Amino acid sequence: MVDDPDMPLLYALRDNMGLQGPRFGCGLGQCGACTVHLDGKAARSCVTPLSAVGKKKVVTLEGLGSPDKLAAIQEAFITNQAAQCGYCINGMIMEAAAFLANNKSPSEAQIKQALANNLCRCGTHLRIVRAVKRASSIA
Amino acid sequence: MFSGKSNRREFLEAAGILIVSFSLPAFLTPADAQDATSSKTVALDDVDAFLAIDRRGRVTLYSGKVELGTGVSTALRQILAEELDVSLASISLIEGDTALTPAQGKTWGSLSIQVGGLQIRQAAATARQALLQEAGKQLGVAVSDLVVEQATVRAGSGGKQVTYGELIGGKNFSLKVDKQAPLKDPASYKIVGKSIPRSDIPPKVTGQFTYIQDFKTQGMLHGRVIRPPAVGGSLQSVDESSVKDVPGLVKVVRQNNFLGVVAESEWGAIRAARNLKASWSAWDGLPEQSKLWEYVRATKVSKEDVTSNVGNAEQALAQAAKRVSATYDFAIHSHASMGPSCAVAEFKDGKLTCWSASQAPHDLRAQLAAMLSMKDSDVEVIYVEGSGCYGRNGHEDAAGDAALLARAVGRPVRVQWMRDDENGWDPKGPPTLMDLQAGLDASGQVVAWYSQLYVPEGGGGNVKLLAADLAGLPCEKGMFPGNIINNSAIPYAFSNVRTVAHRLAETPFRPSWIRAPGRMQNTFCNEAFVDELAFAAGADPFEFRLRYLTNDPRGTELLKRLQTFAKWQGRSAARSAGSDVASGRGVTYVKYELSRTYVGAVADVEVNRKSGDIFVRRFIIVQDCGQIINPDGVKNQIEGNVVQTVSRTLKEEVTFDRSRVTSLDWGSYPILKFPEVPDIDIDLIDRPAEKPWGVGEPAAAVVPSAVANAVFDAVGVRIRSVPFTPAKVREALRIA
Repeated sequence: MVDDPDMPLLYALRDNMGLQGPRFGCGLGQCGACTVHLDGKAARSCVTPLSAVGKKKVVTLEGLGSPDKLAAIQEAFITNQAAQCGYCINGMIMEAAAFLANNKSPSEAQIKQALANNLCRCGTHLRIVRAVKRASSIA
Repeated sequence: MFSGKSNRREFLEAAGILIVSFSLPAFLTPADAQDATSSKTVALDDVDAFLAIDRRGRVTLYSGKVELGTGVSTALRQILAEELDVSLASISLIEGDTALTPAQGKTWGSLSIQVGGLQIRQAAATARQALLQEAGKQLGVAVSDLVVEQATVRAGSGGKQVTYGELIGGKNFSLKVDKQAPLKDPASYKIVGKSIPRSDIPPKVTGQFTYIQDFKTQGMLHGRVIRPPAVGGSLQSVDESSVKDVPGLVKVVRQNNFLGVVAESEWGAIRAARNLKASWSAWDGLPEQSKLWEYVRATKVSKEDVTSNVGNAEQALAQAAKRVSATYDFAIHSHASMGPSCAVAEFKDGKLTCWSASQAPHDLRAQLAAMLSMKDSDVEVIYVEGSGCYGRNGHEDAAGDAALLARAVGRPVRVQWMRDDENGWDPKGPPTLMDLQAGLDASGQVVAWYSQLYVPEGGGGNVKLLAADLAGLPCEKGMFPGNIINNSAIPYAFSNVRTVAHRLAETPFRPSWIRAPGRMQNTFCNEAFVDELAFAAGADPFEFRLRYLTNDPRGTELLKRLQTFAKWQGRSAARSAGSDVASGRGVTYVKYELSRTYVGAVADVEVNRKSGDIFVRRFIIVQDCGQIINPDGVKNQIEGNVVQTVSRTLKEEVTFDRSRVTSLDWGSYPILKFPEVPDIDIDLIDRPAEKPWGVGEPAAAVVPSAVANAVFDAVGVRIRSVPFTPAKVREALRIA
């Protein structure tokens, strides 16, 4: 199916695999909307060429949980109504989930720093921080 | 009363057909929707235009106002559920489909609840009355003895009952909306006024939600557009051999200055667009950015709008004991949506279907039809939610692009703009300049206010489609920046007031509306200048405003409540110059469009005297939007308004050279990041018995001036130019 090893992972996930968690935002690794986990680490799939993925394990938002079986962090986003248009939310959750895996009880300031390179245009930041904080306390 | 004709949905349901198709009732395939087209009324005065009830009592709400990420899809269902007495869970929503939903106007201007919601409420009240009448007949009970709960009507005493599904199921109401149909007493509300969780959030946090960027249709190809490197450049030649090696390339499409590529795969389309060699003529018709305000002042004025005139401001100014004057400006902004615009178009049997995140599907249909010289009735636009637009961004333009490419290749085409398309080519919030003058008498009373606003001509309307313009196809003439002279008049009762808008014949970029268009810029200028006057009069800025808010009890109540909520200490003396980082507080007030939602804000800021950095630590907001439909939804909107506008105020400015926009990514068009976001405290004044007013924009209008006034309180200098960059702060401090 894929004829170009330079194709970013994002397009393989979205177009070849039909996933809708990772989103195209900038194609430049600047906004975070496309974030996935590569071997547990948050990565920008829009600037990760397929050739660099190799045998790494790729997890997308869909892999964290589903509406019937929510991950704690997804549940926390719902509880805090932490979305407006929601286009950035994939990146927020994926970035935060990777961060929380190594930071069990972060402060709000640490959460803000961890998400500093994830952009949200609707201005849902405060709810996102609260959701991540809540997720850290229930995970 | 009810026409006996069973609707198509009921029929299909009975036949056991269950095909889940996007944005259409669960029992209609897209092909069946064509049948629905001919039978479904969309007239604004028909009950059936807004709602339908099937035999199982499930309700379909048809809304011409669309969900832009603000939560209205939940709030509108709350309004319907409340007024009709059905459960929220029983309601499914179809929004923004030109074949199925009433034309309730663009989703703009904070009117989805205030106008769209009230239309739905009245249709629901009419339907409920009709259902009660019918139930009374069937049960042999007087209507006044009937009780309704969860779509079941029962006699007040005794066990007789009948469900909505039994009464109307599958049939049309065939009723005109009755403007006199009695509305429920708000005191009895069970659903309106509650923080019902949004139904779109679970799918959005699990990757199950289908945005326009995810939408697919059978046989769909991928398109990309290639814009002129200089805004007004002309396409001279295209070297198609430059992309002949791109796998799956279907076609290079050229029509005058419209240039696009279509490929089987998305990556193929991206590669083709990147590699395609085209030569364009040079063009350098943009003004020099460093001389933007000179350019604005020199632009031909096409007309003057006097937005208020009381007494004789110019004469009173001349005679005043003390005169104060200042000039304010506000940069060109981009909508800067997180997801670049996207649309899918398909031609079939001479008809066009376009799936779009446009805030105005009905208007977009007319624009696409005009561009392609088709009849409106041969075009259907179906709304699919996209990344937030905050106004008229590029969604409509992507639809125009998709339509042209789909027509050229005879297959469905999805067009996804890239980041530089979005930042470079979304229509822009135009540059705004205001000169203000005021006069005070010897006792510090304001005796004159005279403002002159310089903004492009035009109001709301349909911003021309880029594809039509570039391809030389029929499109709108003129500019449509939104109603940007709103709030240029002021809420304060000074004895002499004149506010004039000089409407300019041109502006550097295709203008459009971005959240609180004009209201934000004008409120910035007015409320920051009011702060200057309060200071000149030696008055506390709260007391100063209250002094002139003479005939508006709701406004007065709001300001007093804010004063208490914010624990306002009164204006303190000039801040000490002891440390590098100084703190300050500023207040601002707006009555949105001088006719509806009231917002008051206090901003707490820190200013670093050395670096010039402003950190907005906290916003305190009191808002009166009348009846509140969903308190948490309102708070979410206020938070969004504050954060987005702090971003616009501190950071945002479209940059350009003489040929083109240069702020094409998030590095060159930065927005606020997490560590920079203020805390926000909100106090809502709920007035259940009043009309619900808009909340999507008003709280944005107060932000820039609240920050400006707080900066002055902190360091004693006025920053009169948005964005408040560190360089501007340092310069103001240097010359102070």
